[in-house]
Amino acid sequence: MTVTQDVVTEGGPKRPAPRRRRPLTFDRVSFMVVFLGLPLAVFVIFVVSPFVQALWYSLTDWSGFTSGMNFVGFDNYVKLFHDDIFLKAVRNNVELAIVVPLVTIVLALTLATLVTVGGAGTGTVRGLRNSGFYRIVSFFPYVIPAIVIGLIWAQVFTPGSGILDAVLSKIGLHQFENYAWLGDARTAMPASMFVMIWGFVGFYMVLFIAAIRGIDPEVFEAARIDGAGRFRTAVSLILPLIRDNVQTAYIYLGIAALDAFVYMQALNPGGGPQNSTLVMPQQLFTTAFTKGQFGYSTAMGVILAVVTMLFAFLVFLVNTLTGGRERKVRR
Amino acid sequence: MTTTTADRAEFVAASRAPGKRSREGKGVATTAHIALILWSLLVILPLLWTLLSSFKSTQEILGNPLSLPGKLRFGNYASAWTTAGIGRYFLNTVVVVGCALVLVMILGAMCAYVLARFSFPGNRLIYYSMLAGLTFPVFLAIVPLFFVLKNFALLNTLPGLIITYVAFALPFTVFFLHSFFKALPGEVYEAAQIDGAGEWRSFFSVMLPMARPGMASVAIFNFLGLWNQFLLPVALNTDSKNYVLSQGMASFASQAGYAVDFGALFAAVVITVAPVLVVYIIFQRQLQVSVTAGGVK
Repeated sequence: MTVTQDVVTEGGPKRPAPRRRRPLTFDRVSFMVVFLGLPLAVFVIFVVSPFVQALWYSLTDWSGFTSGMNFVGFDNYVKLFHDDIFLKAVRNNVELAIVVPLVTIVLALTLATLVTVGGAGTGTVRGLRNSGFYRIVSFFPYVIPAIVIGLIWAQVFTPGSGILDAVLSKIGLHQFENYAWLGDARTAMPASMFVMIWGFVGFYMVLFIAAIRGIDPEVFEAARIDGAGRFRTAVSLILPLIRDNVQTAYIYLGIAALDAFVYMQALNPGGGPQNSTLVMPQQLFTTAFTKGQFGYSTAMGVILAVVTMLFAFLVFLVNTLTGGRERKVRR
Repeated sequence: MTTTTADRAEFVAASRAPGKRSREGKGVATTAHIALILWSLLVILPLLWTLLSSFKSTQEILGNPLSLPGKLRFGNYASAWTTAGIGRYFLNTVVVVGCALVLVMILGAMCAYVLARFSFPGNRLIYYSMLAGLTFPVFLAIVPLFFVLKNFALLNTLPGLIITYVAFALPFTVFFLHSFFKALPGEVYEAAQIDGAGEWRSFFSVMLPMARPGMASVAIFNFLGLWNQFLLPVALNTDSKNYVLSQGMASFASQAGYAVDFGALFAAVVITVAPVLVVYIIFQRQLQVSVTAGGVK
C-alpha cells in the first residue's frame, strides 16, 4: 500500500525499470508532465474537487447564490432524518436495490442458461441453433438511451392511448380498460421496476452467456455422466462457477437501482402518486436546482453515497460468507 | 476467440447424450425456445408499436392504440426534426459526444499508460482515487460541480459539457486500459528505446497501436455511455439551444403532454433510437465481444 513498497513491486524482476537509470531528458520530462499532468488536472478539477467540496457543503446552510454560508454542523443530517419525503425516497431506493438486481439476475441467468444448455440434450444440436437471434434482440435495450426507454414505456402504460391497456381489454380483462399503471400508487412502483428490469436483462444475459461458455466443457460432461439433469446442472454447477460474475452484476445493478434517476424522470417526473416512485436522486435534484437549498441537497448526496457503499459492502460480505472467497483466491 | 467459444458451445451441446434422453431434450429445447421467444417479443413489441405510432396522427393514436396507421405520415418526422428541435439536439449531441470521446480516449490512454508502465511515488494513490471516482455516485458531486463550471464560465456551454463528460468518463477509461497496457510485452518498448525513439515516439508509434483492441472496446462503451448521459446535461446545460438529445427528448415529452403532438413524439423517439440500433446491428458481434471482454474481467 505504501509508496516505497509500490516502487519495489512495480519495478520487480518481471520488467526492468528503465526510469531509474535514464537521464532526465526534455523528452522524458515533457512526456511525464503532459501524459500525467493533463488527465490528472481534468480529473482533480472536475471530479475530485466537487466530491471533496460536497462533504463541506453538506455541513453548511448554503443556498448557493448568496454569499452567506454558515457552518451548521450536522444539522442538515438531523433534518434529513426527520424529512418524511426524503425517508420515503430512501425506502423506495432500498426497495429498488433489493428487487431490481434480484429479478434481473434471475431472469438473465435463466435466459443465459436456456441459450447455452437448454437445447443440449437432443444430440443433433438442433437445440438452440438460432440462439444468436435471441441474443441480438435481448441486447437491444442496452443501446437505447435510458430516457427513451422510460418515455416509450410511459406511452405503453398511458391509459386510453397506451398499448398495454388496449391489449389487456382485448383479451377480456376489461377492468384494465382505462387503468393508469403509473398513476396508481399500488402499481406505479412495480411498473417502474419492470421498465428498469426490461432495460437491464439483455446486457447481463450476454455477460452470463459468455461466462457460461467460459466454463470447461468437461465439467458439463462429468455432470452428465453423473446423471445430473439440466435444472440440476444450472443450479449446482453453473451458478457456483460464475458466482464472481454474478457478484459483479449484483453490484452494478444495485448502483444503477440506487440511482434510477433517468427512468423515474421519464416515467413519473414528480415522484409518482403519493411519492410512491420518488427516489433520492430526484429529491436531491429538486432540492438543489429548483429550491436552491444547496447545503441540504449535498447532505442528501452524502447519504446516497453512504447507502451505495453500504450496498456494495453487503454484497461482498454475503458473497464471502457463503463461500465465494476460495474462488477469488484461486484467481 | 469467438470461434473457439462457439465451438465449445457446440461441443457442450453435442456431448450431451443422444438416444434415451433425446425426447426429454426435445421438450426442454422447445420450452427454451418458447421462453426466449416470449422475452424477445416483450423486447420487440414496444419498439415496433413505437415505430408504427410514429406514422400515425394524434387522433389515430388516441383513438385506437392497436390500429395501423391510415397512411405513412412522414410529416411527424419533419415536425419532430424542426419544430421540436430534435435536429438541433441531434447535432449538439454529435458534437459533444464526438469531441468528448476523442479527448477521453487520448487522455485516458496517456494516463493509463503512465500508470501501468512507470513506477513513481503516488502511482497507486492516483490509481485508487480513479477507482473511487468510478464508484461514487455523480449525484454527490453535482452541486459543487455546477459551481466549478460557473466559476470557469463554462456553465451552459458545450465546451463545459464536453470537459465534464471527459472528466467523468476518465476513471472508467483509465481503469480498463490500465490492464491492457500492463499486458503489453516490455521487449517491444525496450527495442523502441534502443532504436532511439523517445518516450513520445514509443507511445504513439509503438505502444498505442498495440493497445488498439482495448481502445476499441472502451471507445464503444464510452460512446454508449456518453450518448445516453442524462444527469450531467440536465443539471449543467440548461440553455435550450444547447440541449443534447437525451434532455431534449425529456423536455419534448413533458411539453407534449400539453401540446399533444403524439405522432411527433413517437417520431422523435424513432429518430433517437434508429441510428444507434442500426449501428448496433452492424457491429453487434464486435460489441458483444467487447461487453464480455470488459465484463468478465
